[in-house]
Amino acid sequence: MANSDRMRRATSTLMTTLTGLCTLLAVSALLVILFYIAWRGIGSLNIQFLTDRPRPIGEGGGVGNAIVGSLVLLLISAGIGLPLGICVGVYLSEIGRGKLSHAVRFIVDTLTGIPSIVTGVFVYAIMVVPMKHFSALAGGVALALIMIPIVARTTEEMLKLVPHSMREGALALGAPQWRVTLGVVIPAAASGIATGAMLAIARISGETAPLLFTAFGSRFFPESLNQPIASLTVQIYNYAISPYDEWHAQAWAATLVLMTLVLGINIMVRFLTRSRLR
Amino acid sequence: MSAVSEKFGAYSTWRRAISPTGNTGDAVFRFLMLLVALLMVGIVLAMVIALASESMLSLRQFGFSFLTSRDWNPVKGEFGALPFLWGTIASSIIALLISVPFSIGIAIFLVEQAPRYIARPVGFLVELLAAIPSVVYGVWGIFVLAPILRNYVEPGLAKWFSWIPLFSGSITGYGLLTGGIILAIMVTPIISAVVRDVLAAVPGSQREAALALGATKWEMIRVVLVNGVPGITGAVILGLGRALGETMAVTMVIGNRPEISLSLFEPSYTIASAIANEFTEATGDLYLSALVELGLILFLVTFVVNGFARLLVWNVTRQTGGVGRAA
Repeated sequence: MANSDRMRRATSTLMTTLTGLCTLLAVSALLVILFYIAWRGIGSLNIQFLTDRPRPIGEGGGVGNAIVGSLVLLLISAGIGLPLGICVGVYLSEIGRGKLSHAVRFIVDTLTGIPSIVTGVFVYAIMVVPMKHFSALAGGVALALIMIPIVARTTEEMLKLVPHSMREGALALGAPQWRVTLGVVIPAAASGIATGAMLAIARISGETAPLLFTAFGSRFFPESLNQPIASLTVQIYNYAISPYDEWHAQAWAATLVLMTLVLGINIMVRFLTRSRLR
Repeated sequence: MSAVSEKFGAYSTWRRAISPTGNTGDAVFRFLMLLVALLMVGIVLAMVIALASESMLSLRQFGFSFLTSRDWNPVKGEFGALPFLWGTIASSIIALLISVPFSIGIAIFLVEQAPRYIARPVGFLVELLAAIPSVVYGVWGIFVLAPILRNYVEPGLAKWFSWIPLFSGSITGYGLLTGGIILAIMVTPIISAVVRDVLAAVPGSQREAALALGATKWEMIRVVLVNGVPGITGAVILGLGRALGETMAVTMVIGNRPEISLSLFEPSYTIASAIANEFTEATGDLYLSALVELGLILFLVTFVVNGFARLLVWNVTRQTGGVGRAA
């Protein structure tokens, strides 16, 4: 009896230690990846790299056009994705009732899970094929499609956090629902919606797959939204799978730039929301 | 008379459905929001229609044999999806085999063991793993993980376990194992975040009851785990959905050769990486159409897998108001 008791205690200690080790391993994986990127990337990082466009092997060059391209793509997708996503969130939280709203929520959730490469194929079919060429616009739409469900769901959650008494108070003063929503509920949840939007932007700024055959890529600075456009992620991919050491070094430096952007947004959001969430 | 009032009745029901308050501004507002919400449904329908119509050529030409043929030879005009199905499923299963125990361990640690001041920052760090872009994992896989596996891990495995077909074959560093490991790192934060929510949704009385009966900490955790089985299953399937559709990182390390081999070391190919790799180079309508059909298959599979997972996770976390944060 005492023996089995000891066994039980030993098992308990062993297993609880193992769970701690799992966590330790995951965290160290993160740190190893981050520090390795910083170490490999920092060497090739300089002003020319950040401002120049790609040059042939041996002539240096940089990813300035890709950084500009990524920003353009982000602007297009945020311009399309944010309003639509927020509207869907408003519908889910404030308007939809019953089966239809359940169906919409289900669709939005599954939309989140659709592989981004499939979104790319879809946008290729509806935009690139009719227009007959790759374009920044198509890339922006593809990213917007990925963004909408994320924004919609965070907006919904944030609106639901607004106390009911605020809606009731405004309604009791005689305000119609649209004014209550636009004038009271959304402002009350604005900072939450904004952080949700930032996280969505961080997420799509790392997307590569949907851009491969919509925005395609370019070796020049963007001139028109109707032309193929470079992006940081596609550039990293092309450099990483190339056989040249010089481009590999540039891929690491570009990765460092991308990671700074993505993690910067994530960490900033974390500090902004620290007091509010949980 | 009755016809008129019936018509009027139908009108007012319709009116009421759009705007219960009878305010015109409300009617417009609610109608616009509803329109955008229905647009989401429309987008999903449009995806199915667009993918199906673009892949019609291949659907007609190969029919069901597309799924069972293992020949993928664009030059000869032969297109079979079996190698890609195999690569996709095999790499996802390897990823889950590695990541599920880890994810559950992490979730247990964060919910049941770690004090709050540790659980919060550590939980955030684990979630940051999910924020790292796919292409970054790919770069890391090509230049760090693949060489390590090629030079140290795979020769060791081959030396001791070469009698198992899994560990035979030529060692290149690019193959199912590398793809599976990268995928495992990528889905771990997703699964662990959902399992965390599921465990947190298990009522505290269950823990107190187990401890009151003299259970050790681990025995108490097992009670909690049993309570969370449906939700954990949902989390795992959610991770599967992510792994099936993951593109860039896998494309960069899996070797991209449409062959079916039991070996973990041999190059393989997934649906997503085939599309990523060959779409812009596809010459000829049939080739492109076959690639779009691959996309259609991936869409349908992930749609079903994700839908199923959502239902499971929803049922668990809905009553307690928990929210799938990472998902």
